[in-house]
Amino acid sequence: MKVKIFFFIIYFLFLAPLYSNDEKTKLLEIYKNLRCLVCQGQSIADSNSDFAATIKLVVQDHVNKGKTTDEIYSFLISKYGEWIVYQPTLSKNNLILWVLPYFVFIVGGWIIFIILRKSKDNKAN
Amino acid sequence: MKISFVKIIIFSFIVFLLVVFWRGLKIDNNYNTKSLIGSRISNFQLSEINDDDQYISEEDLKKNKYTLINFFASWCAPCRTEHKYLLNLLNKNKEIKIIGINFKDKKFNVNNFLNELGNPYNFVGKDIDGKISILFGIYGIPESILINNELTVIKKIIGPIDEIQYDDIIKLIQ
Repeated sequence: MKVKIFFFIIYFLFLAPLYSNDEKTKLLEIYKNLRCLVCQGQSIADSNSDFAATIKLVVQDHVNKGKTTDEIYSFLISKYGEWIVYQPTLSKNNLILWVLPYFVFIVGGWIIFIILRKSKDNKAN
Repeated sequence: MKISFVKIIIFSFIVFLLVVFWRGLKIDNNYNTKSLIGSRISNFQLSEINDDDQYISEEDLKKNKYTLINFFASWCAPCRTEHKYLLNLLNKNKEIKIIGINFKDKKFNVNNFLNELGNPYNFVGKDIDGKISILFGIYGIPESILINNELTVIKKIIGPIDEIQYDDIIKLIQ
């Protein structure tokens, strides 16, 4: 019995706060990726506006109901359009936006490689 | 003259960036609700401002040919300017029902507001904490949504209804 009580106390002292922190972190992550539509360049996490406060309440409700992050984003996108999320989902309209950084990275690396090789060849000659 | 392949790629990339920036300058970055036209109103239940036992849901709105859902508050000054257009809509058109959703307000103030200016609403619901407004994609007060009996959004008005918006609603419901 004593062992059970010991583990019970350990659970509430150490593990329960961890769970609540997980939820807080998840909420904060979601707030940071949501745009405050009535503010200038602020996320829901940064804003104290009435709109941000209401969105926070709704997100909390959804998290309490066990909805996933993607489900919450989909819900808000269906109500406010994709403008409400900072990280848009992949679509044919923004394909370039997603692919370009990788393209630039690969092509840039290739150009640097060619330039270095040329300069090496020139030095060797 | 030999032009290196690397130079062509760098030149193409610069041209590409210029085209992207030029197009980017012309895109309107202001939030608009164009994408929401044609979407459907989802599950909601709205309690009456003075009687919690009385409520409406989307099933009730299907009975109306057109419904204008108007978000208002007694503390909102622009709501006073649009009130006369709502009264006109109610008096001159039998095709349309007006549902008022009172946003983050006190019952006493709402009743005073409606007694003073007149009540254009077929039903006045309450949204004490603002959560219902999110279901309708509202982000400020006043806002109005015109829907048909299939619960499809036909028009969304951000800000107070003025003469132009009023004429637009009349055209849409005729």
